[in-house]
Amino acid sequence: MLALDIQTTVGALDLDVQVRVGTGECLAVAGPSGAGKTTLLRIAAGLRDSDRGTVECGGEVWLDTSRGVSLAPERRRVGFLFQDYALFGNLSVWRNVAFGMEGVVRGQRRERAVALLDRFGMAARADARPGALSGGERQRVALARALARRPRALLLDEPLSALDSRTRAGATRELAALMGEAEVPALLVTHDFGEAALLADRVAVIDDGRVVQAGTPAELVGSPASAFVADFTGAVVLHGMARRGEGGLTGVDLDGGGRAVSTDTAEGRVAVSVHPWEIEIEPAGAAGSGSARNRLAATVSAVTPLGNRTRVALLAPQPLTAELSQAAADRLGLAAGVPVVAVWKATATRLVAL
Amino acid sequence: MSGGRWFTVVLVAALGVALAFLTLPLVAIFVDVGPGELLSSLDDPGALDALRLSLQTTAMALALIVTVGTPAAWLLATRSFRGRSLAITLVELPLVVPPAVAGIGLLAAVGPSGFLGDALAAAGLELVFQTAGVVVALTFVASPFYIRQAQAAFGALDPSLIEASRTLGAGEARTFARIAVPNALPGLLAGAALAWGRALGEFGATLVFAGSLSGVTQTAPLAIYERFSSDFGAALALSAVLVATSAAILLGVKLATGARVLGSARA
Repeated sequence: MLALDIQTTVGALDLDVQVRVGTGECLAVAGPSGAGKTTLLRIAAGLRDSDRGTVECGGEVWLDTSRGVSLAPERRRVGFLFQDYALFGNLSVWRNVAFGMEGVVRGQRRERAVALLDRFGMAARADARPGALSGGERQRVALARALARRPRALLLDEPLSALDSRTRAGATRELAALMGEAEVPALLVTHDFGEAALLADRVAVIDDGRVVQAGTPAELVGSPASAFVADFTGAVVLHGMARRGEGGLTGVDLDGGGRAVSTDTAEGRVAVSVHPWEIEIEPAGAAGSGSARNRLAATVSAVTPLGNRTRVALLAPQPLTAELSQAAADRLGLAAGVPVVAVWKATATRLVAL
Repeated sequence: MSGGRWFTVVLVAALGVALAFLTLPLVAIFVDVGPGELLSSLDDPGALDALRLSLQTTAMALALIVTVGTPAAWLLATRSFRGRSLAITLVELPLVVPPAVAGIGLLAAVGPSGFLGDALAAAGLELVFQTAGVVVALTFVASPFYIRQAQAAFGALDPSLIEASRTLGAGEARTFARIAVPNALPGLLAGAALAWGRALGEFGATLVFAGSLSGVTQTAPLAIYERFSSDFGAALALSAVLVATSAAILLGVKLATGARVLGSARA
């Protein structure tokens, strides 16, 4: 269990956040830039002071300003994944990983580091310098290094933002798998709700220094507490079982009913993500005439204007949202309770194995 | 003529003038000294002593500067504390003090009748007219060059490297030794090269504080000055040897650390 209760001012921002992350759980703190996310992580790791607050991990008190307790970062046993990975350019890959190993005799350090690198498919690059690695490889080395210390908590700062979009899908899968096996609380911060929804069990949306809503990704998408949350929880995330379908496409039987089709390949449990602006809304009963392969019957549960756009929350076996122009929403006469069909293309559907 | 072309011409011309002006005197030394004269100057035991003394004292001064200056620069670069700006100004002060004034100041502080003179004499330390005095004078005038550059090099390190080291269980001392110094090495070496060059050329403070005793305090620049009034040819020959030696060492440092070292010097 990692528990943070932080009150501090950062420039003009007044940060006041309480979060708890269970063992084996991943909590994503998601919000726009400048919301205080990274500050929260840095306070948890001891890299920054907090005006007031407590940080506790696994029964240990790391910070308690009321009692004047503040452990130095090197005494907190965290695995911190930096946004730019912060690999030591003066050390080879395996020495980067071995840097944090404690209580390992000198002769075994290399062997242990290479074994850990092997879990990430990086054993072959053990003697390379970090400068010679690609972005995705750097991330894997940085993860191996963070785990080498047997941390009591994982802290991840925008873990995917330094990767290009092609590397990102693979890295997301690896990271999700790692979080699944890690037996420590993991706290991740990101500005991308889609990323948070794919990696985390729960998401706390933070705005202007406060948690405005917390819950599972589906809860946040399905019943956003405010227009800010509705706007921020961009991507729709659905869960289901994928299997090879006809024409090289992957079919996904969605939990609770319904079916989605994607051009991505995957098998087994997957998360399906679609951007709300890719989803079109047709009146119930209209004959599908376009090229879109995904059609899901739903009922409008909420209509939230966001400037010239409208966010439409849809009730289906799993909640989803669509984004339309204000004019289109008016023309369709959308209001809570209206039955519709949500339509989107297989090419706009991303699959991530769980 | 296109808009940008004339400016390129101006830039090239400026660099050409600067290079010509800066290299002309050095080239002239070698043009004026015949090979025979150069060789015969090496038979002059006084000149060789002066050269050896210069290398010894600059090496000792550099060792002192790096040993004390590196942690001091780290503190200045990484902590904000009251009086930090004052400390930085004090470190830079010797840069603007004329070397002769530095020598007078050293005499007043640690000379026989200076205010620390008695304490030093009681400890059996004599500096004036001693080789140790030369090292003190060189250290005084050259250390700002190193400390400033080292501070800039540490300041330019990616802070997340330092933080990563801390979260991986390394305390500040281990972080300094294993991460900060190796990653700032190009900047530190550039600073050391600058400080060494300044120490090698040191003249005024050494002359005033330590004197010009052949074999004891007479470094190469002092020996050149002594010969200059009586035997210009010998002064030229020793100058040529000094230029060649320092160029060789500078080149050696560059080659040993990769050509990037001095090129990446951040002011």
